[in-house]
Amino acid sequence: MGLALFYAAAFLTLLASFGVVATRNIVHAALFLLAALAGVAGLFVLLYAEFLALVQLLIYGGAIIIVILFALMLTRSGEYEGETETRRRPFAAVAAALLFGLMTAVFVADAEQFNTNTRQAIPFRTLAEDLFAAWAVPFEIASLVLLVALIGAVVIGRAGREEDETLPEDDEPDDAEGPVRRGSRRRAERRRRGV
Amino acid sequence: MTLLHFQLLSAAIFCIGLYGVLARRSAVLVLMSIELMLNAVNLQLVAFGAFSGFGTSTGQVIAVFVITIAAAEVGLALAIVMRLFRSRGGVNMDEIDVMRG
Amino acid sequence: MRSKPVQLAIAGVLFVGVGVLVAVFTLALALLGEPDDNVTALTAGKLVIALFALLTLITTLGISLVWLERKQLGRMQGRVGPTRVGPFGLLQVVADGIKLLMKEDVSPSSSSKAIFYVAPLLVFVPSFVVWLTIPLSEDLVVRSLDLGVFFFIAVSVLSIVGLILAGWSSNSKYAILGGFRSAAQLVSYEIPLILGVLSVVMVADSMRFTDVVNAQATVPYIALLPLAFVVFFISGLAEVGRTPFDIYFAESEVVGGPFVEYSGAHWAIFFLAEYVNTFVVAALGALLFLGGWVWPFGDLGQVPSVAIFLGKTYFLAVVIFWVRATLPRLRIDQLMNVGWRLLIPLGFASVILIAVQRFYGWPTWTLTLMSLAALVVAAWVQMRMQRKDAVATAQRYAQRAVEVQPSRRRPGPESQQA
Repeated sequence: MGLALFYAAAFLTLLASFGVVATRNIVHAALFLLAALAGVAGLFVLLYAEFLALVQLLIYGGAIIIVILFALMLTRSGEYEGETETRRRPFAAVAAALLFGLMTAVFVADAEQFNTNTRQAIPFRTLAEDLFAAWAVPFEIASLVLLVALIGAVVIGRAGREEDETLPEDDEPDDAEGPVRRGSRRRAERRRRGV
Repeated sequence: MTLLHFQLLSAAIFCIGLYGVLARRSAVLVLMSIELMLNAVNLQLVAFGAFSGFGTSTGQVIAVFVITIAAAEVGLALAIVMRLFRSRGGVNMDEIDVMRG
Repeated sequence: MRSKPVQLAIAGVLFVGVGVLVAVFTLALALLGEPDDNVTALTAGKLVIALFALLTLITTLGISLVWLERKQLGRMQGRVGPTRVGPFGLLQVVADGIKLLMKEDVSPSSSSKAIFYVAPLLVFVPSFVVWLTIPLSEDLVVRSLDLGVFFFIAVSVLSIVGLILAGWSSNSKYAILGGFRSAAQLVSYEIPLILGVLSVVMVADSMRFTDVVNAQATVPYIALLPLAFVVFFISGLAEVGRTPFDIYFAESEVVGGPFVEYSGAHWAIFFLAEYVNTFVVAALGALLFLGGWVWPFGDLGQVPSVAIFLGKTYFLAVVIFWVRATLPRLRIDQLMNVGWRLLIPLGFASVILIAVQRFYGWPTWTLTLMSLAALVVAAWVQMRMQRKDAVATAQRYAQRAVEVQPSRRRPGPESQQA
């Protein structure tokens, strides 16, 4: 039963990965990527790593795919994939096939040594304790990396967009004559109203 | 379901991602293929952790870090892509080959 | 129109019918017990039956929320709400559903019809998958996961992708704009939602729903963590897209946002997804903060527990609809401000308070004190900021107003001192 589930999830993932690299419509490619990531999440569940599967769904499906979709829709990248420039495809296919052959050879050659059939479930508490005790320094460094990426993305995205930085309500009113103190503005308004 | 199953599957996804990185011309699609490769690596890490028999959570912890760094990288890379699009009007990877501008 | 006693009789029959439905499904769930780890065909079949029963139940209850909202909104707005179709308008929702299903299926000439038809499913399926781990009572859960709370968060995030695709595949500027705004809002309010839920998980020491509920046997978490409840409730409202956060699909704003090109059955799917999401948020509030089925009487057995739990859920739903009837809609920039500059700091404050209390070993009532203090300070600061902003805006608009007859103007908003 587990093997059947594995083959189903593996088939879905492979099909979706082929879809990512082969389709011409880029939004379809993003959806295929979502399917591939969901397939990998299913494989994590088969490996008894449920927390990681949910983290994968949350971060990839709920953040990265959304960012990719935003970038796709805002940059209209789709117009460039329809062109039939296929010069590089044979070389890429050969390189990928060579690497796959090499990896398969190495894995199969070592398979007798590591041929275990039992998957071990790591308790969730062990993962949590390790992450915050033994791996505390990489954890903090990873959070720093995220902070740097956040600030960097905001800075890169904002540079050169001064016309979008203020809301319309923040602009100076059209009839303002220079910096006026609030008190005098109130008096001027009262004078204008004739009170 | 042995370790070899997961290893071969992970190698397959990695090579498909590699093909995507080399053959695609749009920057966002190259990024998506890089995500595929990172996922293949994650799968292999977690498979090692589960099949190793040691009972440690090292595989899953490293996979968590890989996911984190991938998220940071995608965010930054897409900010750069949008900036390029704004200044050039296109994200064709073949044409982005000068450092200036 | 039928006379009042006949209406009452038919209403009673309908309620009894729904009650029988609920009882049958709770019995079906109860007979299945907890599935074991060996996945056999029998166990898989049991799971499928359980899931089916639960989904039908949730659909029925979600539809009842539509009726409840229309009646409640009607009464709060000084009118009666639907009264004609069925007794007390109970079958109004059924009539609306039939009408929607009979409408013509129009789709725009967009670049991808496949995405246009798939997007409603992406929005709608996560709201139902979430019910896999939500318990109705001690034993009535399809599968009680160790990571139940996290499962809800991870799955509900997938509906954001569906909204973006719905907006984009409609091939209309308003739809795309609405889709982007909805994605921005939902992603922004995801963080305070997670932080509010994280506070509860920290106090309860477990992510399993039944453990969290059983930990509230003596005092519900709303009394211990009012700050976390406020953060969770407001961000839950924003996640569902309820007023005051419904700018992305309100008809007067972006002409319906990402749903503008969807007609008939597809729009019915979005509509159903929204109400089931509301039901999910209310159910989660009841489980995580109001004590589920355990408080205040303890575990009374299955049927009373379900009744207590559903009662608390409906109470929260009534509060959600009350908020909708009372508060005006927030602008998109105000919405983002509230999310990022008010709720996220409050969420972090809640988590830090709990961490401090645990680290120093203070008794749990200090949590209440600190949470209430933080709430009061945050409310005061927010009201000051909003009042300053409102006064500045009012003065700016008063200056820009065209003055037709300045001599006849009454004294303006001079009394609004900062």
